[in-house]
Amino acid sequence: MADENGGLVIKPMDQFEVKALFGGDVSWYTPTNVTLWMALTVLAATALMVYGARGRALVPNRAQSAAEMTYGFIYKMVEDVSGKDAVRFFPYIFTLFMFVLFANLLGLIPFAFTTTSHIAVTAVLALTVFLTVTALGFILHGTKFLKLFWVDSAPLALRPVLALIEIISYFVRPVSHSIRLAGAMMAGHAVAKVFAGFAAALGAAFFLPILAVTALYALELLVAVIQAYVFTILTCVYLKDALHPAH
Amino acid sequence: MADHANAGPGMPQLDVTTFSNQIFWLVVTMVVLYFIMSRMALPRIAAVLADRRGTITSDIALAEELKQKAQSAEDAYNQALAEARAEAGRIVEAAKAEMQVELDVQIEKADAEIAARSAESERRIREIRDSALEMVSDVSKDATKDILERFDAKADARSVNAAVAARLKGGA
Repeated sequence: MADENGGLVIKPMDQFEVKALFGGDVSWYTPTNVTLWMALTVLAATALMVYGARGRALVPNRAQSAAEMTYGFIYKMVEDVSGKDAVRFFPYIFTLFMFVLFANLLGLIPFAFTTTSHIAVTAVLALTVFLTVTALGFILHGTKFLKLFWVDSAPLALRPVLALIEIISYFVRPVSHSIRLAGAMMAGHAVAKVFAGFAAALGAAFFLPILAVTALYALELLVAVIQAYVFTILTCVYLKDALHPAH
Repeated sequence: MADHANAGPGMPQLDVTTFSNQIFWLVVTMVVLYFIMSRMALPRIAAVLADRRGTITSDIALAEELKQKAQSAEDAYNQALAEARAEAGRIVEAAKAEMQVELDVQIEKADAEIAARSAESERRIREIRDSALEMVSDVSKDATKDILERFDAKADARSVNAAVAARLKGGA
């Protein structure tokens, strides 16, 4: 990490660079490290949910049990948070969860590329949810969907003010939804890289940053799962607003 | 490193030239993953879960049924036991009644025999007493006649007999 001049140069952001796999410029269809790690994400999710559960045994083995628990966990979340009529969106929400979860976890492999650390990726995911939910709200409830912003329980004078706040918070949703995930991923990986750089630079005291990286890694593992969970449950919450706009 | 140098300092996340690439592959990935999940993984797992739930439910129902059967078998056993006890009681009762009847008959017979024998004895005692009384009166009459003859008192037999009979009757 030390450059030619002998000074300490840590480049924590290099790991986020999008690079063409086979060299050359990055155009919209070029296979890049994004392609590779997204493909691995699909592979990992498929390994768990299809290959792991292939036994279809009455008494599941470990992999099948894990697949079933993941299924049950998200199914129950959709049912509890968004309501029983939201289970028709369960496959999509499940896909979202699997993608974010495995993208986060695979990103923790050393030298891996974390697709979910990019705002372009998380923004598309969040915007898709936002647009779907908003369209769904209007399709299901028509203009009554706007009651979501009109707080009937508040005093009449306050309602326009509250409506303005509600509308702003509604449109901030996709921003926070996407930046939360990308930010958490990026920050953790960048900090890990910085500590790793210290380990290389500190010489004899290398074990201190390594201890820190180890602790950070455990924390990042937690964050990877929690962020996937948060992303999914927020999707469920937004979906609930579309299905049942009344407060 | 060279790419980084070209992109200049800053966050690769904000390099808009890579956005189209990322978005394109993201869309491809999500579509592929969605189809794998919704067409293969989720229906299979749902089927397995439903299958398991069904098996558990039917097993519980079977266990419940077997329990009922065991219960009814126990009830039947208890009932049979109670019936057998009642039957035994009835048999004992009947035997007792039979014996009582037999006993009554025997007692009656014995009573009748005793009565007959005692009547016979009484009759014989009366006979003996009667004959004894008769002898007493005869002896008395003869004795009286003898006494009267010793004293040379004249007395006809009829009056003596009457007197003795009167005296015996009064003394008796």
